[in-house]
Amino acid sequence: MSETVKKFLYLNRRAPYGTIYAWESLEVVLIGAAFDQDVSLAFIDDGVYQLTKNQDTAAIGMKNFSPTYAALGDYEVKKIYVEKESLEERGLTLDDLQHLVWEDEDEDWAEKDSIHLVSRAEMAAVMEDSDVVFSF
Amino acid sequence: MPIEVNGKSFETDEEGYLANINDWEPGVAEVMAKEDDLELTDEHWDIINFLREYYEEYQIAPAVRVLTKAVGKKMGKDKGNSKYLYGLFPYGPAKQACRYAGLPKPTGCV
Amino acid sequence: MSTLHTVNKSPFEKNSLDTCLGYVAGGSAVLLLEDGVYAALKGTSVEPKIKSALDSAKVYVLGPDLKARGFSEDRVIEGISVVDYAGFVDLAAENAKVQAWL
Repeated sequence: MSETVKKFLYLNRRAPYGTIYAWESLEVVLIGAAFDQDVSLAFIDDGVYQLTKNQDTAAIGMKNFSPTYAALGDYEVKKIYVEKESLEERGLTLDDLQHLVWEDEDEDWAEKDSIHLVSRAEMAAVMEDSDVVFSF
Repeated sequence: MPIEVNGKSFETDEEGYLANINDWEPGVAEVMAKEDDLELTDEHWDIINFLREYYEEYQIAPAVRVLTKAVGKKMGKDKGNSKYLYGLFPYGPAKQACRYAGLPKPTGCV
Repeated sequence: MSTLHTVNKSPFEKNSLDTCLGYVAGGSAVLLLEDGVYAALKGTSVEPKIKSALDSAKVYVLGPDLKARGFSEDRVIEGISVVDYAGFVDLAAENAKVQAWL
């Protein structure tokens, strides 16, 4: 491909279910993954709630899309940044979130962690380093 | 337009995908394949069942390249390639096989 | 006359909860639902506000919304009651009116 690969950052700041943003973002990420760009996902503020374990929407009559985050590795999305300050403000730790991995085909499908816990300063650097930011 | 399977009517969307994934039964795939003049073999069913399992786990229908890679991982490189999958499903392995499997149109299909 | 106040927005995103708590009179009830349920969780930066509200009002959280978001009842601040949809209906019936903080 002769086109330059751009660094896309999907910035997620909303909780799931209360609004449509989280699901819309996930759909755009999956569709955008077809374009072979360098994709990163950032979860700050209420966005960190999207990744919590044990979501069960049976009683509220909405589709539980949390299992779909586990498919991101299949879509070559390997860089998921979660902000430490946002977790702390909400009384959460990484243990409250799903364990997301991608499989390295070149290393006999070895599972590698997709989630990187970063400080606000490090997250700012991730944003600064990206070419395009999509906000949700 | 709804499709008729074993005397039952199944609702579909304008592109022929089943309206409700939970309605699906194997006969749906058989009828859809017959309309496409395709005879379903065990090899077709391996992919259809694989897609249903993928949807069950991740709640999405995979894009074609994701399907190809995942099939390669599970069933080997001789099946995890476009040539093999297009050979089975000439209208596009993700789109056509997902339709037979009762899944929605693949996410990331543009 | 008692009022059931409902808050359905995240306390980290909107000031609905803050404003609501400023208007809650003694004996009133506050129901946290949808994204409002995050305010009911232990260990958050808004926990002190909820705890002081518990001194004068009854606070409830809608269980199905909590579960949808991945949180079990043991994560809820002590003193807050978890209710289901039937409990929501009962609360609405017990109080003279429902005031929603959107």
